[in-house]
Amino acid sequence: MLEQRDREPIAPDLIAGTAEAPVLLGSECRRCGTVAFPRQDACSRCTSTDVGERRLARRGTLWTWTVQRFRPKSPPYAGDEADEFEPYGVGYVELPGEVRVEARLTESDPARLRIGMEMELTLIPAPGRDDVVTFAFRPVEDQ
Amino acid sequence: MSEDVAVVGLGIHPFGRHPGVSGLEMAAQAVRAALADAGIGWEQVDFAAGGSDSAGNADTTVSVLGLTGVPFINVKNGCATGGSALTTAHAMLSAGSAETALVVGFDKHPPGAFNPLPEEWGIGSWYGETGLMLTTQFFAMKIQRYMGEHAISESTLAKVAAKAFENGSRNPNAWRRQALSEEEVLASKMVNDPLRQYMFCSPGEGAVALVLARGARIRELTAKPVYLRSVAFRTRRFGSFEVFSPSIPVETGPSPTAEAAAAAFEQAGIGPDDVDVAQLQDTESGAEVMHLAETGLCRHGEQEALIQSGATRIGGRLPVNTDGGCLACGEPIGASGLRQVHEVALQLRGDAGDHQIPGPARVGFTQVYGAPGVSACTVLST
Repeated sequence: MLEQRDREPIAPDLIAGTAEAPVLLGSECRRCGTVAFPRQDACSRCTSTDVGERRLARRGTLWTWTVQRFRPKSPPYAGDEADEFEPYGVGYVELPGEVRVEARLTESDPARLRIGMEMELTLIPAPGRDDVVTFAFRPVEDQ
Repeated sequence: MSEDVAVVGLGIHPFGRHPGVSGLEMAAQAVRAALADAGIGWEQVDFAAGGSDSAGNADTTVSVLGLTGVPFINVKNGCATGGSALTTAHAMLSAGSAETALVVGFDKHPPGAFNPLPEEWGIGSWYGETGLMLTTQFFAMKIQRYMGEHAISESTLAKVAAKAFENGSRNPNAWRRQALSEEEVLASKMVNDPLRQYMFCSPGEGAVALVLARGARIRELTAKPVYLRSVAFRTRRFGSFEVFSPSIPVETGPSPTAEAAAAAFEQAGIGPDDVDVAQLQDTESGAEVMHLAETGLCRHGEQEALIQSGATRIGGRLPVNTDGGCLACGEPIGASGLRQVHEVALQLRGDAGDHQIPGPARVGFTQVYGAPGVSACTVLST
C-alpha cells in the first residue's frame, strides 16, 4: 500500500512507496530468481511456490509501445462515457534484470515515444475515478 | 502406424453479418453442407466435436440434425476452439474409436472490439478498468517491437491487408468483398500505432464444418481426399509474449505458434519448404508477418522481401490466406480455425474457384492463434 497517500491505489498489493516515489510490488522466486508482476503465488518459470515480495525498480527503458486511439468498451474500462475520450499511450517498460511491465504511459504523442527511451514510474488518476490512482510510466526527459 | 485420417467433406456458412440467423443455425447449415459434400447422412457420423466462443453449445445442433445418440464433445477454447475440436476428432479416429467424424466451429459476435473481462483471465479488475485489457494493444505492441528488430516497413503491413481484401473479393464466402489498395489501407485511420483500421479484422459471424474419415472409409467417401497429416496444439511457455500479460519476463522463450508448428511439421514428416499454400492467423496485418516466421515458413526478417515481392499473393511462390483470412472473412472465434482447414482442403482439391492458386497444390498448412497464448497447427496433403 502507499505509505503516504491522499488518493487510494486502484488495487491493494500493486503499488507501494510514496505518492512522489511510488514503486510496484512484484514477486521474486526464491528458487530461480524469476521476477513477476503483479505478485504471483507460484513461479511461472520453474513452478516453485517459494515466492516472496519484491519491490521493483522505478526506472527502466521502453521495450515497446502503442497509442490507444479508441475508447475501450465498458465494462471493463472504467472511463466516464460522458467525457471526451483522450487517446493514451501504453507500453511495456523493461526494468533491467527484473521484468517488463505493461503500463499506461503519460505520453501519447508517437513522435515523442521511441523504443529504448528511459522511463520512470509515476501515478496518474485512474480512469473514471477521481479518488483513485493507478501506475504509469513517464519519459525521464520530461522532468 | 495408425491409419490415415482425411478430410472428406467440406461445409461453410458464409462469413459476415447475418441478422436473424443464430450461430447454431449457421452451424447446422455448415454441417448439412459438409455431410452432403461427403455424401453421407448425419446418422453415419460416429463422433462429433465442436464449439463456439459466444454462440452456444455445439451439441445442441443435434436437435435439428437428428437425435442419433452420437458422442458429441463441446469445445470452448477461445481462438483454438476449431483446432481443439480437430485435435480431438483426429485422436479419436487415429485411435480407432471412430470411423467417420464431424467437427464444427461457429460464432456470432456483436460489432466492435472484443471486451473480455480480466477476472475471467486470471487478472485483477484494475487491468480492464485502466484500459489495458485490449487485444488490439497487444497486437500493436508485438508488431511495433518486431518491426524495429527485423526491419519490417509500414508498406509491408499495408500490403498484407491489401492482399487479404484482394483475395476476399474473389471468395464468395468472405465478408469483405471489396478489394482495397495499399494506399487505401495506409489512408485508413490509426487505431493502435502502428496498426490502422483496415489492418485489423473485425469480430464477425460464420460457421464451418468438416467431415473426417479414416482408413478404408476415406476412399469410399471421396475421390479427392485431403489427408490430415498432423495436428498439433500448444499453450504458452515461460518467456513468450502473449496477449493480456500485465508483465512479461526479460528472458524470451518460444511462442506457442513456433512450438505447435514445429511439432506439426515433425509429426507429418513434411517440412515448411514443402508447403504450397498456407493459412495463418491474421487477426491484423502484423500477425501474418510474424506468424510467417514463427511457423518456419520463412526466416525472421525475410518477410519484408517476401511480401514486397508478391510471393504471398495468389500466384506467388507461397500463397498465404488465399480466402482473405480473418482480415476479409472476419473473426467468428469458434469458426476461424476450421475455416483455414476448409480453405486449404478446397485449394488441395482444386475446388477454390476464383481464388484457386494456379500452381501445384499438394501440401497445405494452417495456424490459428489466440488468447491467452494458444496455437493449433495442421499439415494437410493430397
